[in-house]
Amino acid sequence: MSRRSAAITINGALLAIALITLCPLLWMVSVSFMRPGEASSFPPPFLPAQATLANYRELFAQTGMGRHFANSLFLATSATALSLLFNVSAGYAFAKLAFAGRDRVFRVLLGALIIPGQVAMIPLFLMLKQIGLVNTYAGVLIPTMANVFGIFLVRQYAMSIPDELLEAARVDGAGEVRVFRSIVLPALGPILVTLAIFTFLGSWNDFLWPLIVLGDDKLQTLPVALAGLSREHVQDSELMMAGSVVTLLPVLALFLVLQRYYIQGLLAGSVKG
Amino acid sequence: MRPPAAGLLTAALLAVLPACASQSSDEVVLELWAVGREGELVSQLTRDFEASHPGIRVEVQKLPWIGAHEKLLTAVVGDAPPDVAQMGNTWIPEFAAIGALSQLDEEIAGSRVVAPADYFAGVWNTNVVDGRVYGVPWYVDTRLLFYRRDILAEAGYSHPPRSWPEWREMMGTIQRRAAPDHFAVLMPLNEFEPLLALGLQQDEPLLRDGGRWGNFRSAGFRRALAFYVDAFQSGLAPKVTNLQVSNVWDEFGRGFFAFYISGPWQIGEFKRRLPDAVQGAWATAPLPGPDGPGASIASGASLVVFAGSPHKQAAWQLIEYLSRPDIQLRLNALGGDLPPRRTPWNDPALASDVHAAAFRDQLERVEPTPSVPEWQRIATELYVIGEQAAHGRITVDQAAAELDARADRILEKRRWVLDREASE
Amino acid sequence: MRGGAGRAGWLFASPALVVIAVFFFLPVLAALVLSVTDFDLYALADIGNLRFVGARNYLRLFETPLFWKALGNTLLFVVLGVPLSIAMSLGTALLLNAGVTRLKGIFRTALFAPVVTTLVAVAVIWKYLLHTRYGLINYALGWFGIDPVDWLGDPNWAMPAIVLFAVWKNYGYNMVIFLAALQNIPPDLYEAARVDGASAVQQFRFVTLSALAPTLSLVGILTMAGYFQLFAEPYVMTQGGPLQSTTSVLYFMYEEGFKWWNLGSASAVAFVLFLIMFAVTLLQFYVARRWSRA
Repeated sequence: MSRRSAAITINGALLAIALITLCPLLWMVSVSFMRPGEASSFPPPFLPAQATLANYRELFAQTGMGRHFANSLFLATSATALSLLFNVSAGYAFAKLAFAGRDRVFRVLLGALIIPGQVAMIPLFLMLKQIGLVNTYAGVLIPTMANVFGIFLVRQYAMSIPDELLEAARVDGAGEVRVFRSIVLPALGPILVTLAIFTFLGSWNDFLWPLIVLGDDKLQTLPVALAGLSREHVQDSELMMAGSVVTLLPVLALFLVLQRYYIQGLLAGSVKG
Repeated sequence: MRPPAAGLLTAALLAVLPACASQSSDEVVLELWAVGREGELVSQLTRDFEASHPGIRVEVQKLPWIGAHEKLLTAVVGDAPPDVAQMGNTWIPEFAAIGALSQLDEEIAGSRVVAPADYFAGVWNTNVVDGRVYGVPWYVDTRLLFYRRDILAEAGYSHPPRSWPEWREMMGTIQRRAAPDHFAVLMPLNEFEPLLALGLQQDEPLLRDGGRWGNFRSAGFRRALAFYVDAFQSGLAPKVTNLQVSNVWDEFGRGFFAFYISGPWQIGEFKRRLPDAVQGAWATAPLPGPDGPGASIASGASLVVFAGSPHKQAAWQLIEYLSRPDIQLRLNALGGDLPPRRTPWNDPALASDVHAAAFRDQLERVEPTPSVPEWQRIATELYVIGEQAAHGRITVDQAAAELDARADRILEKRRWVLDREASE
Repeated sequence: MRGGAGRAGWLFASPALVVIAVFFFLPVLAALVLSVTDFDLYALADIGNLRFVGARNYLRLFETPLFWKALGNTLLFVVLGVPLSIAMSLGTALLLNAGVTRLKGIFRTALFAPVVTTLVAVAVIWKYLLHTRYGLINYALGWFGIDPVDWLGDPNWAMPAIVLFAVWKNYGYNMVIFLAALQNIPPDLYEAARVDGASAVQQFRFVTLSALAPTLSLVGILTMAGYFQLFAEPYVMTQGGPLQSTTSVLYFMYEEGFKWWNLGSASAVAFVLFLIMFAVTLLQFYVARRWSRA
């Protein structure tokens, strides 16, 4: 096959695949601007006859999506802050600070990665009930403050910090906290961004745990509210698409802006593992 | 006190005072969880309640029907239940068993609005567990026949069937005359209600010995199962789930099936969605029983007060308000919900509704489902096994035996708990 | 100094370790304990109603038809989905890696986008795409003369529909991994093969595939492990139906635990799933090692 025809075939195939892959998302945006009932016709329309913001208006006025959006934003941001707080220092410790039993503990942690999270969910729920944290934000956030994947990510990256740098600082009389603050954290910059993205996205997209812990509709997050909405409004596809757009917009925007860090983290997490 | 400190203190007080004022110590905030369509409608009623009961505010939270049961249970287990909730009356034994619900006997005895005698007996009894009342029926939801009068007339029948033999004969005639791909009756395979209704029409109860063992091998239930399976095997009913019928109103309008077993909400839906040509051609009729008019399911929703609520008095006032005959009529006007008590039915609005008349008749013959916490679970097995029997994969006797086996297994813990309580 | 670093190490690591110990390992242990009791609604009401039942929850599971159906559904999902997903990922990675490809970055972003989306939001979209009458998928099938399929209503087609959806959502993830691995293959290997007279297909078999073998194995294990945990898709799109044809093992566990509140039984299901995944992962390791040695 000549180079030119190969180029056409391959690029053409990629274009087709990209279009098919993006088609659901593009259709979602298009339908969200259609009039109620317009999408439920045959043949299914690709573009709205006349774009309207009615669905978005109804979404925020009637279904309280604004509230759920704010809840998700608050939870995702808090989760990110907490994750950075707990996982970074632990990751650094496992990489650079020698303490008794360090490697054995780390191996145990790695083993935890095989256990599906759902195993812990039911007892965790009962535990939170005892402490009285059911139906609170704290109940959603606390179990996920630290996680093995985050520690692993940071550790992988921290290992590449030259030991001499740390030793030099210690010799100069700096305490461990000082070393951490002034040398390690700046060096960890990129992986901090990666961890932040992963945590934010993970929290924003989390479904089962907020579903179980948060009973009060006012506290509920966007994905759970959307799922509930989809059962009530089975016929109202336009409204549901608007809801999906609102849910996906932050996630896709964040990804587009910071995809380099995201993909880097993805590779660090799986290629080494 | 030095000026800056005084200023600070004043500022602090000013900041705190408005917060104090906005929440008067007398105002009670009731949390009401309502489900489905009623969730959207009830706020109109609670607003008037608030107007006539100053000092009580009602916050309505809407739940969709799918998942409402889980949500309520999770809230109870997680110690975060609302004050009042609308609850399917088949769930009441379960919630009562875990002590989630407040007993309402005293309030009912002292109430002038809620008069048990005015309620349809079958419906009232769904709220009674071990002789105690745990909820007040809010609306009823029984199942009966919706049928196409014109299709029956074409087949030579001027009135709806009143017994199983008559019904079977009508369905057979209609099926013989029907176009290919058309049927006599629609009973979706993923719904247990049709089979349940047929089972409740029998003399034998569905569970025996105080709800300890399954009784599906009784002659009565096997008869119901046989009738049900025969409808599918003889081609009278399509072997489909309700998801495979893309638009049930469209299909009914086109005469895809002549009989449909459904509930009160369909009256409004039919009026709204059926094509105009068919609007005058459909009617409702009570369910035929084995040898005459038969019983049906006493389902519906009740209003309950949760045991942990700190506002039981206010909660009861809300329930009383919603149980008033005139308010029940308003709910009916808003959403088509049928009142569970006789007085509102005498009002011209309901008395003159030809489609609702069959429900009024049926409500005198509704039977509650077994009052055991495990009933929801057993009901699921009903449609699972029913579907297998309808497809002919197992015989009626095998199905009955399997249902008993599964019910017995589900009820094992109940037997143990009851024995334990008895021996204490 | 050594002691100082050691103490600092524990200081830095302990907050995270405490959280993980208390909120993960402890519940997992508790789940193990729960799984040998018959903890249920009766026990929630009165703890005296709790019984130690040993392995009965596990044995009962094997007598529960729905458990086997859930297992079968999950296996169907894995068997259909994993090869499809890996094929799609590898295919697109190869396309992206080809020398003649333009706009690599944009294509990669487009193909990866579904991975970061919120599952519920896209499941809602797909529910409408799969609509029997108004959905785009049946419409597109109509162009090829295929009759509309009742994707979410027909018990035979619901799981394939979910497979389609899951593959669409996930293939970008493995694609990126494959792409990185492909980019790491030294070009001299291809050069050497060409000099030896190998055709494009042979180059693919002997250079590309063998260089990718460890990545393939890793991706296979990760994808399979992920697919065994199918839950959110059935929950949002089909509620485990129609006729329980999309009830996965985790969905079954969710219903046992949060619908019927048989927490003892649900915990047993969780552990059985874990054991199955563990066994399958070990099997894959073993097969991969045998294969790479061959």
